[in-house]
Amino acid sequence: MSHPDSLLEKKSSIKTIALAGNPNSGKTTLFNAFTKLRQKVGNYPGVTVEKKSGTLVLAKDRIVNVIDLPGTYSLTVRSPDEQVARDVLLGRTPEVPKPDIVVCVVDAGNLERNLYLVSQIQDLGVPMIVALNMMDEVERQGRVIDLVKLSQRLGVPVVSTVANQNKGTDELKTLIAAGVSAGYSRVWRMAPDIEEEAEEMTGLLVHHAGMSRNEAFAEALACLSQRTRFETGGKTGAILQGYSDELVARMNVILDRLQAKGLRARTAAIEARYDWIKSILKDCVKDKQKKGKDFTERIDAVLTHKIFGWICFLGIMAFMFYMIFTVATIPMDWIDAGFSYAGDWVTAVMPEGDVRDLVVNGIIAGVGGVVIFLPQILILFFFIGFLQDTGYMARAAFIMDRVMNKLGLHGKSFIPLLSSFACAIPGIMSARTIESPKDRLVTILVAPLMSCSARLPVYAIMIAVLMPAATALQKASIMLIMYVTGIVGACVMAWFFKATLLRSQKPVFIMELPPYRLPSWRAVVLHMWERSRLFLRRAGTVILAMSIILWALMTYPKHPGMEQDQALKMSYAGRAGTLIEPVIKPLGYDWRIGIGLIGSFAAREVFVSTMSIVFNLGEDAEENSLKEAFQSASWPDGRPLFTPLVCLSLMIFYVFALQCVSTIAVVYRETNSWQWPLFQFFYMAVLAYVAAWLVYRIGSTAGFS
Amino acid sequence: MDINKENKVLLSQIPVGGKCVILGFSAENDDCDRIEEMGLTPGEHVEIIRYAPLGDPVEIKIRGYCLSLRRQEADRINVELVP
Repeated sequence: MSHPDSLLEKKSSIKTIALAGNPNSGKTTLFNAFTKLRQKVGNYPGVTVEKKSGTLVLAKDRIVNVIDLPGTYSLTVRSPDEQVARDVLLGRTPEVPKPDIVVCVVDAGNLERNLYLVSQIQDLGVPMIVALNMMDEVERQGRVIDLVKLSQRLGVPVVSTVANQNKGTDELKTLIAAGVSAGYSRVWRMAPDIEEEAEEMTGLLVHHAGMSRNEAFAEALACLSQRTRFETGGKTGAILQGYSDELVARMNVILDRLQAKGLRARTAAIEARYDWIKSILKDCVKDKQKKGKDFTERIDAVLTHKIFGWICFLGIMAFMFYMIFTVATIPMDWIDAGFSYAGDWVTAVMPEGDVRDLVVNGIIAGVGGVVIFLPQILILFFFIGFLQDTGYMARAAFIMDRVMNKLGLHGKSFIPLLSSFACAIPGIMSARTIESPKDRLVTILVAPLMSCSARLPVYAIMIAVLMPAATALQKASIMLIMYVTGIVGACVMAWFFKATLLRSQKPVFIMELPPYRLPSWRAVVLHMWERSRLFLRRAGTVILAMSIILWALMTYPKHPGMEQDQALKMSYAGRAGTLIEPVIKPLGYDWRIGIGLIGSFAAREVFVSTMSIVFNLGEDAEENSLKEAFQSASWPDGRPLFTPLVCLSLMIFYVFALQCVSTIAVVYRETNSWQWPLFQFFYMAVLAYVAAWLVYRIGSTAGFS
Repeated sequence: MDINKENKVLLSQIPVGGKCVILGFSAENDDCDRIEEMGLTPGEHVEIIRYAPLGDPVEIKIRGYCLSLRRQEADRINVELVP
């Protein structure tokens, strides 16, 4: 072990440890190695930052809580991730105990920048262990890091690890079990003038806010790098909550003095830290110069090449979609069969009545209609996990950023939007990789405009009615038009939101391009499982509740002895369909389509089965018989109902409308509020209505029917 | 670092493969911290690795790792070319 003995305490009462580290440092791999499958994923209260925790079993049956902090490059409070990391480390987060030890995971191959965070954590005065991860890569590159010296210079124990091979984890566990004390004193120094002011502010904070010296110094640095004076009596940003007016006034005096002297405290600390790090590296790292380009550079020469880059990019995306739309259909059929088998079985064993109807048509059909997307979600998250862990995801964002930038979005918005073609749910969930909260929100808001696979059955039946004799090519081109319409709509709306509602200073796009690495299959599978579990949990709660409500609306009040179509017409949903007829008449729809629209809130493809009931064909009608029913449907005065124009208008409506309770539920979970999903629902409803109306109006005026 | 050096150019003007030293930022704002925290501090050596296929963003090498920046950011960073 490479730590001085004085740093070890004989006995300790370590209960909680936190894992901190830069993105791509292998922090999650270490977390997985520590906690195996004993993990919990949730949200921090009030923010949308993911909270991951688990338990680590130390020797002698000791169990320690492990908190996996969000990966950050810094602890300066500029993003929710950084805020959470800082608050947890300082013990300011409710429900999360202050960690007794921080294990800072450091990418040994990128020591210089990774040590920056180490230096910031040290300032907080929390006992720390540095896990020098991915040491195998460093060895391969012929670099030698003197661990003993590094540990001495940093003043904390340093352990060399290869987390994905479980190397060094036992040593880490021993250290955690023994406990570590915070024997740190700051070594790096800024310019004397700034040091003086920082010292004074530290004193103020210790005195007035009752902080420890370390915490106060860290806070003082954050305060000194403010651009403007603080306002008294209110909350000026996140760092200042709960400060007295007197304290704020005295802090302002210091800020004024700095400004008068023309000192730039904001960057002084950054530069001082990096100077200190450089001096350490000079002592501890021996670089054997190697010749030639390394592995990553050779791969990148192809994958980010002007021509081959695009070919590879499109190829990978096409392959992903091929898998989602073809391979996934096999297990999807099984799930479908499984749920209908379950429905049949319940029908057979349960006595006829409302309860059976609820179980079969409400619960089994409702949840089944959503769970059927599980294979697509699994495959999608397998790809996302794989591409992320290899490092390709950053390259995809690098290639696509120019395009996304035009819409006011970030390169990283590309994957969530693309994923939404399969299903908006995983798309919205994968928007978590976008750091800027506003960019993330815009991405979430427009993601459901991408035509998901649940729209396919609706498009298919409408196209069949629209052009009964169409060739496959014609059908495909109409389908393509629908997809393109959705994409254009998403682009326009993204641009619109960024220009109005969610206007923000263009966020800086600084993104690390990590070296290519072979992913750990364990991690990819775990990631896939974790996402799917979240999805299933939602299907089991919110989506289940919504399915039951919709079922009730379509079932009650009961009219015994009535034909199925008549009963549906008299149900609450049917009455609502009749009620909205005046609203949807300008689009060319009658009350029957109205019922279909309302029923398809459960999931868009339910439109097809609802329409089968409306036309009294039974739920499992053949597509052909439904097509014929549509073709012969007419208004009371004998005009045909499903004219080509109505079919087109209906398709356009489905392109834009958020006819999906599951998406609403997921957006609620991801944004932690009802405000955004409701806003999203209404803006999309308006968009859908206007677009469908325009199609119908313009078409009618132009003489089409 | 003297920001008023005569051979001062913008990071965005350095050709692919070119190496330079950071002098400072042409305009101070909140984003500068973020950029500096990633290691782009005055006095540091930077190498331009490549531009993205559509010409933006740019990939640079700094402190031994690769980072991508938009031209918009690169436009704000003053550098001096290293022969």
